[in-house]
Amino acid sequence: MRAHFSARTLACLLLMTVANMTFAADLGIPDLMQMLGQRKTGTATFIEKKYIAMLDQPLESSGELAFSAPDHLEKRTLKPKPESVVLDGNKLVLERADGRRMTVSLTDRPEVAAFVESIRATLTGDRTALEHYYTTGIRGSAEQWQLTLTPVQSRMLKVIRQIRIAGQHDQVKSIEFMQADGDHSIMDITSTTSK
Amino acid sequence: MKSFCRKPAFIIWAVTMLAAILVIAQTRFIADLSAFMPKAPSERQQMLVDQLRDGAISRLVLIGIEGGDATARATQSRQLKAQLSGNAMFTAIENGDRATQERDQRYFFDNRYLLSPGVTATRFTAPGMHDAIQGMIDLMSGDTGMIVKRILPQDPTGETLQILDAFSGEDAPRTDGDVWISRDGNRAVLMAQLAGSGLNTDAQASALNTIERTFAQLPNRAAGTRLVMSGTSVMSVQSRNIIQSEVQRLATAGTVLVVCLLLLIYRSASLLLLGLLPVVSGALVGIASVSLGFGHVHGLTLGFGTTLIGEAVDYSIYLFIQRSDGTQRATFWRTIRLGVFTSITGFAALLCSSFPGLSQLGLYSISGLVTAALVTRYILPDLIPRNAKLRDLTRAGVMLQQLLDFLTRIRWLIVAIGLVAVAVLVFHHQDIWNRQLSALSSTSKAQNELDSQLRSDLGGNDMRYVASYSAPDQEHALQTAERIDTVLQGLVKAQVIGGYHTPSQILPSLAMQRARQAALPDRPQVSANLKTALQGLPIQADKLDAFISDIQSARTRPLLSRDALQGTSTGVLLDSMLIKRPKDYLVLMPIRPTGFGPNGDVIDLNTVRAALDRDRLDHVTVIDLLEETTHIFDSYTHEALILSSLGCLAIVLLLCVTCGIKQAARVSLPLVCAVVCVVALFNAMGIQLTILHLVGLLLVVAIGSNYALFFAGEAAPESDSEQRRVEISLVVANLATVSSFGLLGTSSVAVLSYIGSTVAVGALLAFIFSAVLARARSHAHRP
Repeated sequence: MRAHFSARTLACLLLMTVANMTFAADLGIPDLMQMLGQRKTGTATFIEKKYIAMLDQPLESSGELAFSAPDHLEKRTLKPKPESVVLDGNKLVLERADGRRMTVSLTDRPEVAAFVESIRATLTGDRTALEHYYTTGIRGSAEQWQLTLTPVQSRMLKVIRQIRIAGQHDQVKSIEFMQADGDHSIMDITSTTSK
Repeated sequence: MKSFCRKPAFIIWAVTMLAAILVIAQTRFIADLSAFMPKAPSERQQMLVDQLRDGAISRLVLIGIEGGDATARATQSRQLKAQLSGNAMFTAIENGDRATQERDQRYFFDNRYLLSPGVTATRFTAPGMHDAIQGMIDLMSGDTGMIVKRILPQDPTGETLQILDAFSGEDAPRTDGDVWISRDGNRAVLMAQLAGSGLNTDAQASALNTIERTFAQLPNRAAGTRLVMSGTSVMSVQSRNIIQSEVQRLATAGTVLVVCLLLLIYRSASLLLLGLLPVVSGALVGIASVSLGFGHVHGLTLGFGTTLIGEAVDYSIYLFIQRSDGTQRATFWRTIRLGVFTSITGFAALLCSSFPGLSQLGLYSISGLVTAALVTRYILPDLIPRNAKLRDLTRAGVMLQQLLDFLTRIRWLIVAIGLVAVAVLVFHHQDIWNRQLSALSSTSKAQNELDSQLRSDLGGNDMRYVASYSAPDQEHALQTAERIDTVLQGLVKAQVIGGYHTPSQILPSLAMQRARQAALPDRPQVSANLKTALQGLPIQADKLDAFISDIQSARTRPLLSRDALQGTSTGVLLDSMLIKRPKDYLVLMPIRPTGFGPNGDVIDLNTVRAALDRDRLDHVTVIDLLEETTHIFDSYTHEALILSSLGCLAIVLLLCVTCGIKQAARVSLPLVCAVVCVVALFNAMGIQLTILHLVGLLLVVAIGSNYALFFAGEAAPESDSEQRRVEISLVVANLATVSSFGLLGTSSVAVLSYIGSTVAVGALLAFIFSAVLARARSHAHRP
């Protein structure tokens, strides 16, 4: 609990400092969405850290991300165990190292859909989809923004308390999931290409 | 009259009728799938029959609640479940409620050390646990981490996940407000499993009725909501009801039609009643013979039976009209006898069919026709009142004669039509036959759509690939399932199949449960092993106390039996795979295709069979239900084609033997033309022929041969007036046949309408062609 609190405080402090350093005018949700929506494809690498109370140290995983508008998104984890999640339209395919695959339809699983849209709708700048599942909040400027997503559905709230997405211009830099049980994870994203 | 009653013929007739009525009173009438099931099935066909009779598919009812709002539908779903649960007619009612889901989760979680395939002798050694826990931690860093995290304290080696692996990759129904809803969200869906066997249509009908009644009587039911149901049982009950009501309607309408026709011609009530006597006698004896021969009478047989009216009534028509001047030609009975023989020859071919519906029809027709002919021959002549006067048909006869003479002059046209028909068939010979069993189904398109919707709502209930075997007892059944499990697991890894279910995943054999218990170390041992195992892992042993005590309780827990699954939906799944029968257990294991790639929905069964054979599991039958059904049906059609051809050939031979080759050719030619033209006509209209059209064609030959025989009468008619009488009688007989079969052709039941339309068209053509090709010209035109 303490680790989680301090990480959050740290993130806030960091953001405040950054915000103070820039002079740009405050950014609105429509502006951010428009800015993000202009990017059509992109690839990136990620490092994700999970802070779990039961474990002595955070779990780290890393891999690649790829996105192409309007609805294709994939996350390929390379370490510690290869696995991949590929989202195409409404279909989510999970594949594990042993070749086992699982297909999930988003229409059938509203909670998975909510989870997925937090990232996909942000990347595509789809405000309607985003606000269908979350109440949104924004801080910062175009140079340094942070989008906060709070689930609307009580069912989702039992799992995720809040999602924080930070970025610069049309680049998403990090995604942070604050879980309801106090654990949290943060994914740092480094863009490799984008159009 | 008095002296007549003492005649042996009458006594025999009276006794026979009485006996027939007694037999019919005891008869069991059925209307289920059995008519479509092979009589002497191969191993794989037997499996299909078992599946349809005992398998989950036949006992499953898919229920939807539509209309109203989501809350009302959810409430009613819960109420319906509550009211139907505990009713002995159902072995399960499910609506996806949370309580059931939790019971299912509980079962798997609480019993994970007895159920998990991961529990082996090395699993709880220090290195075994280290690897398993490391695997779990790796999983936690992945995309399913949040699920893994929840079970880690009690299940750090991930046994629950090992069990759930078997169930992954399946489409579960959507859930909202704790009940299942359809994919589009507009309907609450439930599933009921009937207690009765798939072949007991009566029990199924009353169970379905109970569901409907219970729904209608739900307290505070919102006005807009309605119940929809589907499933094999719903369809078979529906088609039985349709067939029953159609049979009644058609029998009544057919009788009225023929009665009107005969009244119009005879203008005599007594002649009419006498005319119907052979028909009624024939029908009674027909039903009684089928009942004696098969032990039951299928509804379809009765449906076809109404067609017998059309043919049996002909004999009396010939008799009354042709002897209306009080005389009777010596050749008359000879011609009738020959007609009856040709008909019997045709139907005898059906008798040999392995399609039970057809062989019943064959027996019914043969016994019915023989009876009708015998009654006409030995009972009717003595009953005709001496003063019975038929209407004077001379004028109509003259007109008819002129018309027929004209037709005879345009023979070449008929020949040309015949040639065109042959050309059409040669050109389109590929798509003459319809190979789908569903072509015979009497369920509506709307019902079929509802069925496929509900099936997809409830997630993957259309079982296509199944592995099956029988075992003397439950323990053997489960042990074999465990061996098959190993083989199929390899096939999943090799991506030959996508997944499968075995009963042993849900309830392992006692031997397997004991082996797993034996693999669990005692408390000091497991604590020590865990301590070593956790070295180098980011988790402290004190966080895993629950795990250690769970292992301990699993070591001494009583072994699992079916009772442990009470009230779970997994229990229903188990019952659908492990079926207790009077003498043994039947195991049905559904296998799923991979779902990926161009052939993702098809499984290469040869690979599966070869893999099973390698492990000496060759007593396990693996089948593709879809292919097998089509195959059975193909073989029926093939067989019917051969039998009909043999039947026709036998008719021709019979004619050759009795009246010489020349006369035989004269009689057969119009019949061949009629058959070819009917097939060509249907083909041109885009109607594909089924096995029942084939039966219809056989009837065309059987009935048409009578026309041709009379037209081609060997001895030239003695007078013009006699020839006219013969021709009038044939027209009346043809009208009766065409109208009664035409009526059948209007039926909404596919099987009835196929036969009806074929025979109506075919009999008409056979009549015209016989008149043109076989008829001797009238005296007036002879040189």
